[in-house]
Amino acid sequence: MVADGNTPAPPERLWRNPEPKRNYDVVIVGAGGHGLATAYYLARNHGITDIAVVERGWLAGGNMARNTTIIRSNYLLDASAALYDHALRLWEELPEELEYEFHFSQRGVLNLAHTEQEVRDARRRAFANELNGVDAEWLTPDEIAEVCPILDTSPNLRYPVLGATYQRRAGIAKHDLVAWGLARKCDEMGVDFIQNREVTGFLTDEDRVVGVRTDKGDIGAGRVGLAAAGRTTLLTDTLGLRLPLQSHPLQAMATEILEPVHPCVVMSNHVHVYTSQAHKGELVLGAGIDTHNGYAQRGSVHVVENQLAAAVELFPVFARAHLLRTWAGTVDVTPDASPIIGPTPYENLFVNCGWGTGGFKATPGAGWVFAHTIATGAPHPLNEPYGMERFTTGALIDEHGAAAVAH
Amino acid sequence: MMSSSNPNRLNASVRPGRIDRTRTIHATVDGRAVPGRPGDTLASAMLAGGDIEVGPSIQRGRPRGVFSADCTEPNALVQRLDGDCPEPMLPATEIELQDGLRVETLSGVGWLSEQRDTAGYDKKFVHSDVVVVGAGPAGIAASLAAARGGARVMLVDQHRELGGMLLDGQAHIAGHPATEWIGRAARELAENEQVRVLTRATALGCYDHNYLLIAERRADHPDAPPSPTIRQRLWHVRAKQVVLATGAHERPLVFADNDRPGVMLASAVRSYLNRHAVLPGREAVVFTTSDSAYSTALDLLGTGARVPAIVDTRPEPPTRLVEQVRAAGAHVVTSAAVVATGGEHRVSGVRVRGIDGNGSLTEWSAEFPCDLLAVCGGWNPAVQLFAQSGGAVRWDPVVAGFVPSGAGGRSARVVGAARGTYDLAGCLAQGFASGAEAATLSGFRTAPPPVPQVDGDRQASRPRPVWLVPDESRSPEECTEHFVDQQRDATVADIHHALGTGMRSVQHVKRYTTISTGLEQGKSSGVNAVGVLADALSAGSPGEVGTTTFRPPYTPVPLALFAGRTTGRLYDPVRTTPMHRQHVEAGAVFEDVGQWKRPRYYPRGNEDMHAAVLRECSAARTGVAVQDVSTLGRIEIVGSDAPEFLDRIYTNGFAKLAVGKARYGMMCGADGMVLDDGVSMRLAEDRYLMSTTTGGAAKVLDWLEEWLQTEWPELDVYCTSVTEQWAAVAVVGPDSRTVVGRLAPDLDVSAESFGFMRFHETVLVGGIPARISRVSFSGELAFEVNVARWYGQALWEATMTAGSDLDITPYGTEAMHVLRAEKGFVIVGQDTDGTVTPVDLGMDWAVSKHKDFIGKRSLSRPDLVRQDRVQLVGLLPTDTTTLLPEGAHLVEPDVSRRPPVPMAGHVTSSYHSAALERTFALGLISGGRQRIGEVLCAPVGGRDVEVEITSPVFYDPEGARRDGPEQG
Ligand SMILES: Cc1cc2nc3c(=O)[nH]c(=O)nc-3n(C[C@H](O)[C@H](O)[C@H](O)COP(=O)(O)OP(=O)(O)OC[C@H]3O[C@@H](n4cnc5c(N)ncnc54)[C@H](O)[C@@H]3O)c2cc1C
Repeated sequence: MVADGNTPAPPERLWRNPEPKRNYDVVIVGAGGHGLATAYYLARNHGITDIAVVERGWLAGGNMARNTTIIRSNYLLDASAALYDHALRLWEELPEELEYEFHFSQRGVLNLAHTEQEVRDARRRAFANELNGVDAEWLTPDEIAEVCPILDTSPNLRYPVLGATYQRRAGIAKHDLVAWGLARKCDEMGVDFIQNREVTGFLTDEDRVVGVRTDKGDIGAGRVGLAAAGRTTLLTDTLGLRLPLQSHPLQAMATEILEPVHPCVVMSNHVHVYTSQAHKGELVLGAGIDTHNGYAQRGSVHVVENQLAAAVELFPVFARAHLLRTWAGTVDVTPDASPIIGPTPYENLFVNCGWGTGGFKATPGAGWVFAHTIATGAPHPLNEPYGMERFTTGALIDEHGAAAVAH
Repeated sequence: MMSSSNPNRLNASVRPGRIDRTRTIHATVDGRAVPGRPGDTLASAMLAGGDIEVGPSIQRGRPRGVFSADCTEPNALVQRLDGDCPEPMLPATEIELQDGLRVETLSGVGWLSEQRDTAGYDKKFVHSDVVVVGAGPAGIAASLAAARGGARVMLVDQHRELGGMLLDGQAHIAGHPATEWIGRAARELAENEQVRVLTRATALGCYDHNYLLIAERRADHPDAPPSPTIRQRLWHVRAKQVVLATGAHERPLVFADNDRPGVMLASAVRSYLNRHAVLPGREAVVFTTSDSAYSTALDLLGTGARVPAIVDTRPEPPTRLVEQVRAAGAHVVTSAAVVATGGEHRVSGVRVRGIDGNGSLTEWSAEFPCDLLAVCGGWNPAVQLFAQSGGAVRWDPVVAGFVPSGAGGRSARVVGAARGTYDLAGCLAQGFASGAEAATLSGFRTAPPPVPQVDGDRQASRPRPVWLVPDESRSPEECTEHFVDQQRDATVADIHHALGTGMRSVQHVKRYTTISTGLEQGKSSGVNAVGVLADALSAGSPGEVGTTTFRPPYTPVPLALFAGRTTGRLYDPVRTTPMHRQHVEAGAVFEDVGQWKRPRYYPRGNEDMHAAVLRECSAARTGVAVQDVSTLGRIEIVGSDAPEFLDRIYTNGFAKLAVGKARYGMMCGADGMVLDDGVSMRLAEDRYLMSTTTGGAAKVLDWLEEWLQTEWPELDVYCTSVTEQWAAVAVVGPDSRTVVGRLAPDLDVSAESFGFMRFHETVLVGGIPARISRVSFSGELAFEVNVARWYGQALWEATMTAGSDLDITPYGTEAMHVLRAEKGFVIVGQDTDGTVTPVDLGMDWAVSKHKDFIGKRSLSRPDLVRQDRVQLVGLLPTDTTTLLPEGAHLVEPDVSRRPPVPMAGHVTSSYHSAALERTFALGLISGGRQRIGEVLCAPVGGRDVEVEITSPVFYDPEGARRDGPEQG
């Protein structure tokens, strides 16, 4: 019996807590969603099970435990649409495959447009989605009101809602349960989770990585995959490998438990807030990064104020809901706001980072392609455009600039 | 002893309580009237009336009762229905009783109402030398000491009056009841004008660098004015020093059926007795692990209640306490614990067993009837605010609680119960010392005052926490009626279930069981969960398990409070130009551009946008038209290095621009992508006036400052936003020279004397000083007339008058867009999207080959010189009446339509043109400049629109119209 009566009793064991072996075929640094999904697909797709996932804290306690769980794939650029829609298709299979209920709810995501330019951008994105085979609809304010009656679609708003893109297949999932479900399957296949152990550097043989140093001793590895999110550069710096990443706090917040009132996910870039109601009933809200750099997992209060003002503006019914908790994660942001997934100048060292504010939705997709990259030593076609060399060649995937949509 | 309407209210002679007995007020709970007194909380009024049971529990529907007297209340949660908007999930223990208060009880889930919240919320931003949070003895002492030193002090407390825990008890200070000391202190603080005392004010958050967030409740209590303008106020306080005297929260105890109505925190019982003169039960068993509950027993006995037993887990409680209660008529059962409760909707009795040194049950047992079970599992210092800002906590085995580690952690000083000091003398001493120290450190040297004599108060002896009272028959894994978090209906069995999965971290257990995720956020459930976990893991102490993270806010507050006044009309300032009224009068339809309201078009009669825009465009191409361009960003760039600076910022050269001339400039990001554009004038050798796009003004200023402040601090350059100092109109069209000639009679406006991209200063009719430039965003002869902001209206009027016989036509942003698109001029942000270089736009002419500039290096990267990059082209639908939707993508006519369909590019701008008498568009097409004349398809709405790729310049490619008609 679990306290939350809506959560069905999961199987008894999720993971062992083994002592690490001296060597593994693959060591993954970071047991966030991406590290877990990578281990899972390494085992499932590539038959590699001699894996340690080394985590400095508790399993999936980083951004995986802190995100607002929005999943969508209606990205503008071809490379993004392909990667995120692949992930979304995996999400659709995952509940059955993991045999674990993680409340994947395809309740639809509305991305609001509040200015004429946002209308152009949103429609452009919807047109592109259609050609890329990603479901997308353009809704008028009246149609939006039908999807989400509590949203203020009246023309009296300071920035009235002029329309929205609507992706019906998009939605939310319960992040912790996703992590536990993945961890359980990994554990069954023999993956070792080593928690409370921080990787502090690498064992190298010239320009080959042969293992990791940790705060409790070295671990040898045939290959090493970094899935350390906001702390990636602390590791790559030890090799003198400079990555174009900046770590920022990103905050989110939740209310008390409320009767169902919010049927979908609403994202507004212009007034900058996004909202949904979690399975249990809390309203979950988030917005943009704190502009300063930092690892403290604490943000500034004015950022919270701005996003709550936006939330109350768009959803007058939220006025008397109570802010119960605010929190922050550390997100790693690249100049083009797209991830870096691929090999590094060091043999046997691979990185998956730079997911910034939007990597939860990619969890299975990122794991799939990163596992492929680690297993084969070369990128999967889907992450080919995402190598770090793009910052030298200029072949950026600037979803940020182009679509100006976060998360 | 009791009054009849409030059967549990004590007579004033027994307990005066801090209530006003001269008035009776009424609340309604679930439709039933609940009488009470000013000074009551909703919970105390309910208890006074004999109601202890509240809504059943969230998951399991178990009967539940009022459990606490503070913000940790797990059960007595209500939805408030009176007032302008229902409010969910308020603890009845925190609601002050008021006439007309109307609530319904909840089961851990609230609801939101369609009714709009019309109440006022605002914010205040203040600085303070010393902020003291919590007005118990330690906080009051700290404030007194700091204030006597001369510091500006702010004392905040969540309750309606100062005193904190002193009000729950019967302590004496300097020979008098503590309330007298509090009264004197309150007067002293009130009389000191450097001191601000905020009551009903909860410190929600403590952020880095002594930044505090405080929520003040100005309504919904009996002392509030009848219709207060501001319901709640959010204070932002920057303090030099912070003293946290936030007290402690009593822990519940975990045993079978510990959630039965009538089980109540011992401190809550005491609080109801002494603050509210309410006796929540007549026959009360006290179950404790530490000294503090003895006071509860004594208070109960002193008010005539029966205390069948005091059950103490410790083998040897302090003799003096045991004797005191024995003298008062009760007896203490040592080395014992309550193992079960009887009753249904109210506890009717308890079963007690002996408990040995290892925490196991002994054979000894007893049963006691009771209608109240007062429990004390020890105390949790309220370290929330301290820890929020990064302060670390450690387990202190002596006080059996997590306390701030190190002296003060960050810069906040933590004193009194909040650091595990529970004796009154100790609290006063720490308070005085910390207040004096905080004042001294903020520049007011002072010594702590002497600590007054305190009676009846001793150092507490060591508590003996018991995290789980063993069940009489079941193993911990099976303890499903042993609640750790009543609000979330989570039990010891749930914790063991979590452990069974392999979880070891308290963070996992919290998430798995949902313990501490309710309103109390772990204030009462957190440490018990840690304790159960520590036992289960055979950890040496709860310290080895650690706590979950403490996060703001300290207690829940409405979202509307955080929004403050930033809603509705004030959500974001509306910026309008000085001519706004004239646009409104002319019937303009407005568009939001950044914060500005700009006229989009000016319909006449029943014209729609299409008709109005065609008319406005024709006027500009054939006669004269006028647009308000005051919203364009303007930045004055001054200093001896201004020419060098602009050369670095813009892709094209500005250092050699002659004074008196203007030049179009383009700027890129470090990635070589177009960032903004505009015309800049050189006013003097060391002075430029840059113009930016309307929406980009703030971003550009930030951009300039970022480079100046972080990369090139050696440059002598100052940037000042002067957007709001200027008002400007663009006078456009073949007849514009006539109009401007009339406007500026002193100025020679002939093509020979007033060349393109020049500007002149002059005086307009009516004596208005003006700067007039010849710039054109339409390809037509055009002038931009700039005047000081306050002449804006006059300028508009004068321009309209000067052109009245020429049918001068105001035009809006939409016509402006069409006119510039006909010429192939881009709008940054519409025809560019952060992935487009000047070269992609065919604007190589604006990219200097001779000097360095931001983005230059990027422009030579392999991907930026690819031949198949998207390029700006014109697009003409084969059908001259079909308007391409903006944002539509273009595909090769013969390509398979099975997704993913390769896309050649997209439509960035698309319009009907009066001049071309057809529709046209601009687009970004891969390798577009090499494909002029080719045909592509735009799949839209299920059909294909055929378009031909053309040059982006549709109108007057020779530029013949720029200087206007030949003058004769
Ligand atoms: C507030 C917030 C809201 C968000 N909302 C969304 C959203 O709605 N939708 C969405 O798609 N995305 C969202 N994101 C982004 C998303 O959470 C991240 O992109 C994603 O979780 C990153 O991948 P991850 O799960 O592997 O990261 P993490 O969970 O952060 O995993 C990284 C792990 O590496 C560990 N680690 C780091 N360094 C070391 C080391 N040296 N040794 C060992 N272990 C180490 C960390 O402890 C951590 O557990 C949000 C993020 C935040 C913070």
